Amino acid sequence: MHDLAQQIVSGLATGSIFASLALALVLIYRSMGVINFAQGEMAMFTTFIAWQLVQQGLPIWAAFALTIVVAFVGGVALEVVLIRPVERAAPLTIVIVTLGLLITLNGLAGLFWGYVVKPFPTPFPTTPIHVGSVSFSAQDIGIILVSLAALGIITLFFQKTKLGLAMRAAALYPDESRVLGIRVSRMLALGWGLAAVMGAISGIMVAPVVFLDPNMMQGIIVYAFAAAVLGGIESPLGAVIGGLVLGVVLNLLGTYVEAIGTDLRLGVAFAIIVVVLLFRPAGLFGRVGTQRV
Amino acid sequence: MMSSPRIDRRIGIAIVALAIVILPWVLPAYGSFELTYVGAYAIAILGLVILTGLSGQISLGHGAFLAVGGYTVAILGQHAGVPYWLSICAAGVICGLLGLAIGLVASRLEGVYLALSTFALAVATPSILKHFKGLTGGSGGITLPTIAAPGALHAGLSPEQWLYYLTWAIAGLLFFVASSLLRGRIGRSLRALRDNEVAAVSFGVSPSYYKTLAFGWSAAYAGIAGALVAVATAFVSPDSYGFAVSLALVTGAVLGGLDSLWGALIGAVIIEFLPLWAQKISSAAPSIVYGLALIVVMLFAPGGIAGFFRRVVVDLRRRLPTHSRRPL
Repeated sequence: MHDLAQQIVSGLATGSIFASLALALVLIYRSMGVINFAQGEMAMFTTFIAWQLVQQGLPIWAAFALTIVVAFVGGVALEVVLIRPVERAAPLTIVIVTLGLLITLNGLAGLFWGYVVKPFPTPFPTTPIHVGSVSFSAQDIGIILVSLAALGIITLFFQKTKLGLAMRAAALYPDESRVLGIRVSRMLALGWGLAAVMGAISGIMVAPVVFLDPNMMQGIIVYAFAAAVLGGIESPLGAVIGGLVLGVVLNLLGTYVEAIGTDLRLGVAFAIIVVVLLFRPAGLFGRVGTQRV
Repeated sequence: MMSSPRIDRRIGIAIVALAIVILPWVLPAYGSFELTYVGAYAIAILGLVILTGLSGQISLGHGAFLAVGGYTVAILGQHAGVPYWLSICAAGVICGLLGLAIGLVASRLEGVYLALSTFALAVATPSILKHFKGLTGGSGGITLPTIAAPGALHAGLSPEQWLYYLTWAIAGLLFFVASSLLRGRIGRSLRALRDNEVAAVSFGVSPSYYKTLAFGWSAAYAGIAGALVAVATAFVSPDSYGFAVSLALVTGAVLGGLDSLWGALIGAVIIEFLPLWAQKISSAAPSIVYGLALIVVMLFAPGGIAGFFRRVVVDLRRRLPTHSRRPL
């Protein structure tokens, strides 16, 4: 039983990383109906920036905070420069542009920092935490707390601030919002900035576990896709719950079902994506949309 | 100065065909070998042009079909001793059927969702291949026998030249099939569905039928391409079918031009030679060049290189006073 409790907590830790990245995808999907395929690489790139700051002698938490600022500015800049020109183009065009961004960021990270895998300092204590007779890794608990705090702040921002309300309005009713004086494209850029911040958080949380290299997010972005689809790609709450559920399920499958092990985890994520999209395209928490033709 | 687009095109095809026939006699063996890959990639990208360009479905996971094609040749050869020419056909059939099955699912997914699912498939492919060790040989992969020209041709052709002609003969056949079918009912229906699905449906064109068909067709091409790559490389392994391969195919299709069969050829040349050339600068350079090229093409020349040339040609024709103004 102790083992099971540990496995669940460590599943929740990976799950909250998936949740952060999935929320980043949902933020952009809700505001413009686009999947940002470069979300994982943006997270990877900002994590490298954090690493660089730590190398320059900054304490890890200071590097973390500074990276979040850089990520926000970078996300806004990418939206303005790359996405705004194709904002109203066909989905194929935007998909290809985000793919181009994915490949470019991957290459730039390779150019600046090389392809050798680097260790990343963990911001959390390494001594385990004992609850009764069960011991949990402090890193797992730390990852869960930081991710949940970030998710909570984002939720409060959207629910309680005027800016958050304007962003939601711009996403749902762009034309009406424009009439009311909301600068819709500015809201979209803000959405990209926030998504980049969530990505950076997921990257910095996962880097001590998977280590740092330009391809570190390639698998994780697939899990984030699966989490977002499972929860309903339009639902922020769904993305969070989808991420947590996926983290726990994959961890338990990998530990207790020998036929799946670690090799087939990505295959399971792929299967979840296809099955959910086929049988319940709105996911667990999304609303079923109707389309006028 | 009277020239019609149709005659222009025939001249273009004749020049390219002639160049393809002559090249292995003037290039060193290694050059033929590289061009063999160009032929195989051209087939796979042609599949993407059919699927994405003509049917409007985005697949970011065609590397998976390349893998199935390659492993079909490897496994049939290793476990059943099937000769490679037969297993290349088998790769096409198996991938075609697999593509039809996936196409049934895909036709129900809207654009962005299909891209998302195939992205996941592309990333998951190597680890799935590693998992089924009994069949695929796990991480170590499978080594294939090298091939040489059969019987009477053996004396006249080096193995590289034989591989080259085999690949390009198949490519020529598949391009011909595509060009004929796309000019007929199938091509018209696909274009109609892509441009205005509601209108096409009201004229009795079934979206799910044609979209599924396009997926199967495209997958069969990718499978044959994968088989040819495997035969040429004489080796298959999970890590050679990673996400990068799927990305390279999409990049080739977009840069070459998604709406043109020529685009497939141009795209194949790009994805074979551009990385080799860029690698000399830095190991990260190919990615950066690919990525920036994708963005620039999408922002400024969505028709890719083929589309760009077509525009230039059309523009020139308009300016030539002697030219009869026939609609293009």
